[in-house]
Amino acid sequence: MTVQQSLRLSHADAQVIDAPVDFEQARATQARRPSEQKSRGLSLTIRGLRKSFGSNEVLRGVDLHIPAGQFVAIVGQSGCGKSTLLRLIAGLDAPTAGTISFGEETRPEDIRVMFQEPRLLPWASVLSNVEVGLGTDRTSADAKARAESALTEVGLAEKRDQWPSVLSGGQKQRVALARALVSHPRVLALDEPLGALDALTRISMQQLLGRVWHDQTFTSILVTHDVSEAVALADRVLVIEDGRIAHDINVDIARPRQRGSADLAALEGSILRNLLGPGADATGL
Amino acid sequence: MSIVEILPRVRSFRLPRIDGLTQWIVPLVILLVWQAACVTGYVPARVMPAPTDVALAGWKLLVSGELAQNIWVSFWRASVGFLIGGSIGFAFGLANGLSQLSSKLTDTTLQMVRNVPHLALIPLVILWFGIDESAKLFLVALGVFFPIYLNTLHGIRTVDPQLIEMGRIYGMRNSELFRRVIFPGALPSIFVGVRFALGIMWLTLIVAETIAASSGLGYMAMQAREFMQIDVVVLSILIYALLGKVADSASRALERLTLSWHPAFQKH
Repeated sequence: MTVQQSLRLSHADAQVIDAPVDFEQARATQARRPSEQKSRGLSLTIRGLRKSFGSNEVLRGVDLHIPAGQFVAIVGQSGCGKSTLLRLIAGLDAPTAGTISFGEETRPEDIRVMFQEPRLLPWASVLSNVEVGLGTDRTSADAKARAESALTEVGLAEKRDQWPSVLSGGQKQRVALARALVSHPRVLALDEPLGALDALTRISMQQLLGRVWHDQTFTSILVTHDVSEAVALADRVLVIEDGRIAHDINVDIARPRQRGSADLAALEGSILRNLLGPGADATGL
Repeated sequence: MSIVEILPRVRSFRLPRIDGLTQWIVPLVILLVWQAACVTGYVPARVMPAPTDVALAGWKLLVSGELAQNIWVSFWRASVGFLIGGSIGFAFGLANGLSQLSSKLTDTTLQMVRNVPHLALIPLVILWFGIDESAKLFLVALGVFFPIYLNTLHGIRTVDPQLIEMGRIYGMRNSELFRRVIFPGALPSIFVGVRFALGIMWLTLIVAETIAASSGLGYMAMQAREFMQIDVVVLSILIYALLGKVADSASRALERLTLSWHPAFQKH
């Protein structure tokens, strides 16, 4: 086999994988959200946000406005403060200085978080794990029915009585997503939720996330280290450097987005250059 | 033939399943060897009676009602002592696992008491309680307390903090957090404590009954020694082994029932 042949072969393989993925994505986001449709999401305004751990200042003054229903991705190098920002937005930690406001009164059920680890209760069935997400509504009469419909939404209805230990990593993360969505949150904070998944599972999870965001119209804030994931999903990408927002990039590419399209690749490249510094994208390969 | 074709065949070759009877093969072989050694005279009868003699002694005691009476007395002491010591240990384990204040107040004291071998208290206990029931119950309860206390405490302290954070995010109050997250998370460790405690329970009871009692299995063995009834002594020892096995099986069954979610207890 010549070098040329093998190259062509691998290219063909890539296409075989790409084709159904693109088809899935196109189907999932077929109807682009009409701009006049009212979003259920909350808008978010952050002013002068700072956070220190002892003498270590992680966030050094963040000002940010996120309109209701927007999908924002936050990228940055490890330790830049992106997860800290998300934890502050989700109310898991208290800021050292500055304010975060959602424009109106919120209930705890309005803001939900998804972590890199699924954090399922190993001793509760898949369905009971989803029920946990109802918050104080856990005791209501329709709790089971609501949990079942959330489980159906992520395509795991048939696993309702299983223990989490028998699920694959991607399935566990889908149960965690169902748990986060079951209370119909108005803000969903995602802390690298797909970081521990293999590449193909990650792509199908991205499509699932894109679909539920499109259907339920919540405000979505995704922290990720994967720039291609950020540009594939988000309306807007924030690059955090040294505890500040260094770049605020609009992803003005129509949905459904073609995975691996030239537009996305170009944008991904320019964001990576911002992240790594000039000249760093030429990896010499 | 490629490896893919071979693999299913390799996998289909398995050792015979370990079923309920397999575990009794070794005890049975030991019994047979023992019987053979006694019958041939290799082991003199005054050193070790044959299993058949032990069984005969057991039968006689069973008919007279003495055996059932003594087993019942010992079983009652063991379980009541276990319940008392176990519940106090569990309560302290919970309190010190959940509350910093309680832990600061009592943990150091308990750790100091733990380092006293509880059987060393026997002379003191006899002076306090005489040789009636409360002496034995006190010793068993004291012996059982520590494994249950330590493992409950350890179980609660090592519940995954990420799960606790998750529970708080999803609006669980303390009681619900305990019921849904902390207690189930601590349960495997609590069971380790229970199984340790069961062993200590028998040990303590036998020693206490041997030294100071007027009924029970330990008393029966001591009486038999006085009259050189070596078959009854051996019988008592065998009954201890059986009772220990029964207690262990009971706790395993309870584990399987309550820890069916745990990968270690799932059927494959």
